[in-house]
Amino acid sequence: MSTLAYSLTDSATMLRRQLKHILRYPSMTLMLLGMPIIFLLLFVYVFGGQLGAGLPGNGGGRGDYVNYLVPGILLLTVGMAVNGTAVSVAMDMTEGIVDRFRTMAIARVSVLTGHVLGSLIQAVASLIVVLGIALAIGYRPTAGPLAWLASLGVLVLFSFALIWLAVALGLTAKSVETASNTPLPLTLLPMLGSGFVPTDSMPAGLRQFAEYQPFTPVADTLRGLLSGTPVGGSVIAALAWSLGIALVSYLWAKRLYNRRYTR
Amino acid sequence: MTAIPSDSAITVAGLCKSFGEQTVLDGLDLDVQQGTVFSLLGPNGAGKTTVVRILSTLIPADAGQMQVAGHDLVQEPDAVRAAIGVTGQFSAVDGLLTGAENLGLMADLHHLGRAAGRRRVAELLERFDLVEAASKPVSSYSGGMRRRLDLAMTLVARPRLIFLDEPTTALDPRSRHGMWALIRELVAEGVTVFLTTQYLDEADELADRIAVLDHGRIVAEGTATALKRRIPGGHVRLQFANPHSLDAAADALESTTPDEETLSLQIPADGSVASLRALLDRLDRAQVEPVELSIHTPDLDDVFFAVTGHSSANQDSTDQRGTDPSEAAEVANR
Ligand SMILES: Nc1ncnc2c1ncn2[C@@H]1O[C@H](COP(=O)(O)OP(=O)(O)OP(=O)(O)O)[C@@H](O)[C@H]1O
Ligand SMILES: [Mg+2]
Repeated sequence: MSTLAYSLTDSATMLRRQLKHILRYPSMTLMLLGMPIIFLLLFVYVFGGQLGAGLPGNGGGRGDYVNYLVPGILLLTVGMAVNGTAVSVAMDMTEGIVDRFRTMAIARVSVLTGHVLGSLIQAVASLIVVLGIALAIGYRPTAGPLAWLASLGVLVLFSFALIWLAVALGLTAKSVETASNTPLPLTLLPMLGSGFVPTDSMPAGLRQFAEYQPFTPVADTLRGLLSGTPVGGSVIAALAWSLGIALVSYLWAKRLYNRRYTR
Repeated sequence: MTAIPSDSAITVAGLCKSFGEQTVLDGLDLDVQQGTVFSLLGPNGAGKTTVVRILSTLIPADAGQMQVAGHDLVQEPDAVRAAIGVTGQFSAVDGLLTGAENLGLMADLHHLGRAAGRRRVAELLERFDLVEAASKPVSSYSGGMRRRLDLAMTLVARPRLIFLDEPTTALDPRSRHGMWALIRELVAEGVTVFLTTQYLDEADELADRIAVLDHGRIVAEGTATALKRRIPGGHVRLQFANPHSLDAAADALESTTPDEETLSLQIPADGSVASLRALLDRLDRAQVEPVELSIHTPDLDDVFFAVTGHSSANQDSTDQRGTDPSEAAEVANR
């Protein structure tokens, strides 16, 4: 077998290890999944009437707000899922097994790819659950099959980028506690952008931040694709952000991992 | 590939390593012959783990020439990794998986293939007495079971050279003997073992050659017998009820070092019945009666004292050299 084939096999082995961890200890996954679901219900049933009336255009009610909110909630789901990635990477680094991997002739980065692929599967599964609940409480996307596929692509790519970022954050963390705190901004960003309410309604300083942060073009792209409205330039910005974050984080994580000498 | 100059499994020349200001290894030379057990003996903080971590490619050395399993450590780290097995000081198992899954993980990472991998896992579970615990999560294992699993994981791909960093520390006597038996089996199969330990008896039991590590250097090297010849022997410790009897006994035994604080005396003795009888006779004649008598056989501390002239007590924090006046005097007398 070639080196590439070996490194694929090793990554697959590490992925299986990661999936076993996730399946055997589901409490973290469930907790991370619970958060966006609670936010979805809270925002739709408690604030939804008010917020719906404030939407631009003809305004509307709870139903219109659900349609507006769901892309934001999907990004919150991703943000929560990658929190779990950072924690599990940091926990892994405290385990002696990683030292053992380093003394073996395996593709080094496969430990990290295992985490990334495992988290990606976990994120997609969470997205499906959240989407299912959203549909059950009245979310009515108008997207055709192609737009659905594109939405999925955008979500997976953005998740992939944030997961690599979380891997790097997990590697920098000195302790598991730090690792569970550093990615917290990732769960706030959907709200500090166009995820939950249109940015026009925000005060000037915040609005500027909201318009230029990565979650906003991704939320706008998803909203456009899913509700069949034009996506405009946001799709380019969304892809650029995703690829940029993925590349920088990948290089950063790889460097941290190779440099890291645990006791 | 570089040519193998001899039948050495490991050769090290001038190995240096510092962490910040602290020099941990200061020009270390080693030569480990294939098919032998080589033991690196040293107290806490001597640098044993650092040597293992360097030779197993975990951390880089600052200086030195190192060949492991016929490959240059710096030029061909992957070739070295492919040839060695490492059981570190701290357990290197996946606590979230079961014992069998841990072994299976190793089989997969060594690309053994499905059927061969399964066979090897079953074989190792059997050999390491882990069959019953095979499908339990490792987090529920006892220290001894973890240690056995750790070693079993190291052996999945049948490495010809293994590093064992303090394999029996924190094991009870029974598990300790079990571990020794397992190591002896490996040696019988021709595996080269690089073993670190804090215990002289362990090195004595297992090792063909022993090197004593102190302040980043090898201060003595040889077979167990040769090293033990350098130990001055054991001593008898006598405990007294009051300063008065202590002084009387010190006079009678011509001892210069009564310990006034603990009311005790240390008398060099080989622990034989004859020497004890003679000792007690002298005390009888002086009409002093110790409240307690204990016999100490040589241990690592004695080897240490013999070869370094200072105590082996923890080197982590402070350098102990010459802090105790009586010790300093004895060093000077040598
Ligand atoms: N990563 C590190 N950073 C800083 N200092 C270190 C590091 N690793 C080891 N040291 C220091 O190097 C010295 C030797 O440590 P090492 O772990 O090699 O000792 P050891 O002989 O294995 O001790 P023990 O018997 O306690 O396992 C110690 O003083 C330790 O504090
Ligand atoms: Mg050690």
